[in-house]
Amino acid sequence: MTDFKMIRDEYSWDEVHAQIYDATDQDVQHALEKDHLTLSDFRALISPAAAPYLEQMAQKTQQITQRRFGKTIQLYAPLYLSNECQNICTYCGFSMDNKIKRKTLSNTELLLEAMALKAMGINHILLVSGEANKTVEITYFLNAIRLLKPHFSQISIEVQPLEESEYRLLQAAGVYAILVYQETYHREVYKQYHPKGKKSNFDYRLDTPDRIGRAGIHKIGLGVLLGLEDWRVDSFFTAAHIAYLQKRYWQTRYSISFPRLRPAAGSVKPNFHLADRDLLQLICAYRLWNENLEISISTRENETFRDHIIPIGVTTMSAASKTNPGGYVVDPQALEQFEVSDERDMETIKNQIRKMGYSPVMKDWESNYAGIVR
Amino acid sequence: MSNLHIADRVFESRLFLGTGKFGNLTEMSDAIVASASQLVTVALKRIDQTGSDDSLISALDLAAIHLLPNTSGARTAEEAVLAAQLAREALETNWVKLEIHPDPRYLLPDPIETLRATESLAKLGFVVMPYIHADPVLCKRLENAGTAVVMPLGAPIGSNKGLRTLDFLEIIIEESNVPVVVDAGIGAPSDAAKAMEIGADAVLVNTAIAVSNNPIRMAEAFREAVIAGRKAYEAGLGKIGSHAIASSPLTSFLFD
Repeated sequence: MTDFKMIRDEYSWDEVHAQIYDATDQDVQHALEKDHLTLSDFRALISPAAAPYLEQMAQKTQQITQRRFGKTIQLYAPLYLSNECQNICTYCGFSMDNKIKRKTLSNTELLLEAMALKAMGINHILLVSGEANKTVEITYFLNAIRLLKPHFSQISIEVQPLEESEYRLLQAAGVYAILVYQETYHREVYKQYHPKGKKSNFDYRLDTPDRIGRAGIHKIGLGVLLGLEDWRVDSFFTAAHIAYLQKRYWQTRYSISFPRLRPAAGSVKPNFHLADRDLLQLICAYRLWNENLEISISTRENETFRDHIIPIGVTTMSAASKTNPGGYVVDPQALEQFEVSDERDMETIKNQIRKMGYSPVMKDWESNYAGIVR
Repeated sequence: MSNLHIADRVFESRLFLGTGKFGNLTEMSDAIVASASQLVTVALKRIDQTGSDDSLISALDLAAIHLLPNTSGARTAEEAVLAAQLAREALETNWVKLEIHPDPRYLLPDPIETLRATESLAKLGFVVMPYIHADPVLCKRLENAGTAVVMPLGAPIGSNKGLRTLDFLEIIIEESNVPVVVDAGIGAPSDAAKAMEIGADAVLVNTAIAVSNNPIRMAEAFREAVIAGRKAYEAGLGKIGSHAIASSPLTSFLFD
């Protein structure tokens, strides 16, 4: 069997770029008429040629999403475990060369943060860390999950890429989803943004979803950091990656996130701008291409955008997020990974979802489902 | 119209409802009332067993309906059996809708895991209602395993495509010793009526009502369609002929 690295390398970045920018009006119309879309249809829908069709795309997106997911939005909140990091990522607040106070939550601090989230009604959490392979590693994660599992019905994690055997341990411990973003599929550009640390290994990161899939984790979250490279080309590669994974790990769910570069301490300005209307086009393209993909929007986005996107393809939202370890109660002043744009509290977000005619869903998993080994 | 018997319960309504996709709880409970349904399925994974946010359950009129917990999210027989046991504790019912769909894309049921889970759950005293492909042989195997009903799909869940499996549903209905409930894919009241006309014992509808622009009106439409279809079945439908039979060209010589 081929792995995704081989598929990735069959494509030339420049050719994909040209195909996207050469897409015609006809290609877009053809894609909009079809029920089952291919990757080339997706390519047409993320192209500049699709821009005039945005309203039509949004309407079809709404219809398909409601049919598959109902009028519901699932809510979760991140819980930052640590901002220790041995990587240099030139866009990230946690980057090793940033002279900030480093913090990793102790058991007591972790539970204090967890109780604060519980009090907000949170039942699905996402554990986040930097990449400190000596201190914040599998033993730390397993301990955190053991402490948190009695309190939450769904625990997902977004940490450094791990080995397959470690993912198996996380699966057995009851982790539901693992998120790992490739940042960019452009090999050379990736190298520039990640000059140092374990993360500078492009291929190891590219292979990560395969390791997660083999370990039998229920859901894999993918994405690129929008702003590092041309978002259209990077998104095409992301979709190709999902298409490959879906066929191989057919029992796994997939979700897509859209981290847009946000201001962070010591970070560079994005090279490529993604406007709101581009992001909306991208969300619709994903939905029209893939009816079953879970689509997640974080508090990086502003209130207006988040309010209006509720009925257009989104299935999952974070809310009331703090992006620093201890941010909820323990140490609210600690440095955040990125600046949150939508700072509204959980009740306000829930009411906004209801106002749009949707049900906020706080629990959609049974923690006992994860971790059962036959 | 005759009543439907499943295990120790009698149902006047042959329309079962799902709860997962409604935009708000009031709309959900109003639609259930309008549908006159007496059996409503709820995903165990949506129920907060700590009781801090059990608004889904409290929105339901438990005097008028019977709750049917389902195991949605389970990928294996083991997970489903555990879910059924948790649901029995949380909701105090030994009824369970078995949903084992390891394929999260089309939510197609796994026949092997479903059969294994049915065997275990029936032995544990559950009233098992398994969601399955429209596979007549699997239905017989489930009967032997002690299932209470079979719930073959008309089309993939949430697709609104109607009775794409019609030929197989007809075989299942012809051969079944347990009630046949057509589940999944029913997109329009006419699909529900058709299922009832061919002799299905009940239908389960969720998406078509929940995401309709007017769920309450749509629930009424389904209620009426199910009644109409059932009455037609009980009355006996006429055979469909392509043209009128005017004479008997082959046998008329006998009477000449």
